[in-house]
Amino acid sequence: MNVTLGHFLAVGAILFALSVVGIFLNRKNLIVLLMAIELMLLAVNMNFVAFSHFLGDMHGQVFVFFILTVAAAESAIGLAILVLLFRNKNSISVEELNTLKG
Amino acid sequence: MSTTLSASTLLAVPMAPLIGAALAGVLGTTFGGNVIGRRASHTLTILGVLVAFILSAMTLKSVAMDGARFNETLYTWMVVGGLKMEIGFLVDGLTAMMMVVVTFVSLMVHLYTIGYMEEDKGYNRFFAYISLFTFSMLMLVMSNNLLQLFFGWEAVGLVSYLLIGFWFNKPTAIFANMKAFLVNRVGDFGFILGIGLIVAYAGTLNYTEVFAKAPALGAMGFPGTDWLLITVICICLFIGAMGKSAQFPLHVWLPDSMEGPTPISALIHAATMVTAGIFMVARMSPLFELSDTALNFIMVIGAITALFMGFLGIIQNDIKRIVAYSTLSQLGYMTVALGASAYSVAVFHLMTHAFFKALLFLAAGSVIMGLHHNQDIRWMGAVRKYMPITWITSLLGTLALIGTPLFSGFYSKDSIIEAVHFSNLPASGFAYFAVLAGVFVTSFYSFRLYFLVFHGKERYDQNPDAHHDDHGHHDDHGHGHAHDNKPHESPWVVTVPLVLLAIPSVVIGFMTIQPMLFGDFFKDAIFINAAAHPAMAKFAGIFHGPLAMVSHALFTPPLYLALAGAVSAWYMYLINPAVPAAIGRALRPLVVVLENKYYLDWFNENVLAKGARGLGIGLWKGGDRGVIEGGVVNASWKLVGLVSGVVRRAQTGYLYHYALMMIVGVLLFMTYFVWLAK
Repeated sequence: MNVTLGHFLAVGAILFALSVVGIFLNRKNLIVLLMAIELMLLAVNMNFVAFSHFLGDMHGQVFVFFILTVAAAESAIGLAILVLLFRNKNSISVEELNTLKG
Repeated sequence: MSTTLSASTLLAVPMAPLIGAALAGVLGTTFGGNVIGRRASHTLTILGVLVAFILSAMTLKSVAMDGARFNETLYTWMVVGGLKMEIGFLVDGLTAMMMVVVTFVSLMVHLYTIGYMEEDKGYNRFFAYISLFTFSMLMLVMSNNLLQLFFGWEAVGLVSYLLIGFWFNKPTAIFANMKAFLVNRVGDFGFILGIGLIVAYAGTLNYTEVFAKAPALGAMGFPGTDWLLITVICICLFIGAMGKSAQFPLHVWLPDSMEGPTPISALIHAATMVTAGIFMVARMSPLFELSDTALNFIMVIGAITALFMGFLGIIQNDIKRIVAYSTLSQLGYMTVALGASAYSVAVFHLMTHAFFKALLFLAAGSVIMGLHHNQDIRWMGAVRKYMPITWITSLLGTLALIGTPLFSGFYSKDSIIEAVHFSNLPASGFAYFAVLAGVFVTSFYSFRLYFLVFHGKERYDQNPDAHHDDHGHHDDHGHGHAHDNKPHESPWVVTVPLVLLAIPSVVIGFMTIQPMLFGDFFKDAIFINAAAHPAMAKFAGIFHGPLAMVSHALFTPPLYLALAGAVSAWYMYLINPAVPAAIGRALRPLVVVLENKYYLDWFNENVLAKGARGLGIGLWKGGDRGVIEGGVVNASWKLVGLVSGVVRRAQTGYLYHYALMMIVGVLLFMTYFVWLAK
């Protein structure tokens, strides 16, 4: 079977959909939320790499490096916030975190 | 235009009193720190008015003798589009005569005030006001355009307001000046509408330019009606004159204005300011000549004022109010003359009236001073023994007022009656009856006043109010023998103006009737359409000199009516004082109507004022509180609260809700960009 661009895009879309569902179906754990965000970025990376390969344009892969870097930084900050949050609230349950409103 | 009048001389005429007023008003009051005293204040203001009078007299001489004229714009205030707003002077016979009358009476009143206001705390302020008035009145009469006329008009109204309320601690004075101000607003509203119509259709404020366009204005109709435009303009202008010259039904402020000090009653509310309306109509004669409707209206209003205000003079007991009602009635005469197209006669009566009415007012003030501020003629009597100069001058003034032959009032009043007699307007029948009956009424109330004050028994001790008269406290002039109730003659500063005013009151009519009415003194100031309104031309036909007029008067009713009035006053108030009371009882309902001044004050207060207040309260409660506050302001915040109450539910604080919203938003945008935005 010949692997085409369509297959890669389908994998990317599935990954993205999984992460979206992970964000708003998840009621318990903030770590899962962070993981879902990572997954979303990976889904995008998948698209970039696939397009880069099939269109013969290296720019896409350059973007992937950027995104990976930003994702690593973001995870670090996110986990740091998570630690502080746990220290203050003694919980990382998404259900209980509803102070983000006016 | 050939002229021997210089602009700077003319400018000095109004400026001299203005400078006097500014100096006395700023430096002589607490406003400027009381730098100058009483003597300096009256010297400065009298000097200013004296300069104005001398220059005015010189102007009159060159206008009358050499035929000099002046019509120039001195200063352009602003130009809006094609409309120029300017300050300028127009000096012709009418203006020159008014200038001399105003400055002369003003000078006399300034002099008189030294004596009358001697002990008043507001001495310097008073001088500043009357000088300011002189300035305003001069600006009014000397104007060559409607805007400056309106400026002077409002300025004299302002000074009138200030002076009626001069004793501002007296509630009645405050009420009176408010009333004068409000009633004048009604008139001024009409006046400014008239000026506005002239500006709208003639496009200019300058008299000469407006008059040049008068025939064109006369041909236009008022949009949306079948009225002539000129009729609407003239009636609007005349409503202004009705307010200022106190014509029925806008006369109600003038009797109350007697709350002010007597000198200003003489200057403002008898001699000059109230005649501004007459002057204005005479000045606008080229417009008024074009509208028979307006002239009829003027004549009816004037006739009502002349007759019915005279009736009110009969039942009054306050010496100043009697003279005030007499002023109203005489203003009515002038207005009737205007309506009969006899503008020069109206102005002639204006001039003679200014002298003898100022005289009567100042004499009344002198009597009031002599009687320790008693103004009620019931508690006077036999004053002639104590105040001989006041007595003689009052008698001369009274004789002039009722139209005794050879006196000034005879010439002007008989001329009015003749002019109305010859008028061909429909209203002249009623007006002729009113002015004839008015002669009897005038004579009756004048001699009633004269006999009650100067003759008969002394009744000074019978005054029930004598000891709690609030008037006496604040301007008691401390003449040293305030407790012996006997009158005393006034000081020379009071009697000299009386004598100086008595002279023109007697002779001015005889001297000036020929040039003013039939000569060419007013030929370029007053325009009469002799074909349409032949009254003056017919009158000129029967006029053969002032002496012949006296012999002619022997065969006409006015002289005998005046005589009858004087004799009946003499009989009722000196010979048989029971008669007036008996008549009063017999005609009780009539007397009640007169005592209530035809219920006009009642009507104004209870219908107009209450109606206006009711409208205001209705709009306040219904409009402001109901619609604006309840409907707009409160409803909008309630609506915002309601909407935000619903929208607030979307903001849960849960991250996943926000994320979902973001994704939904992204989907929507994608949908839009991919499918819809092609």
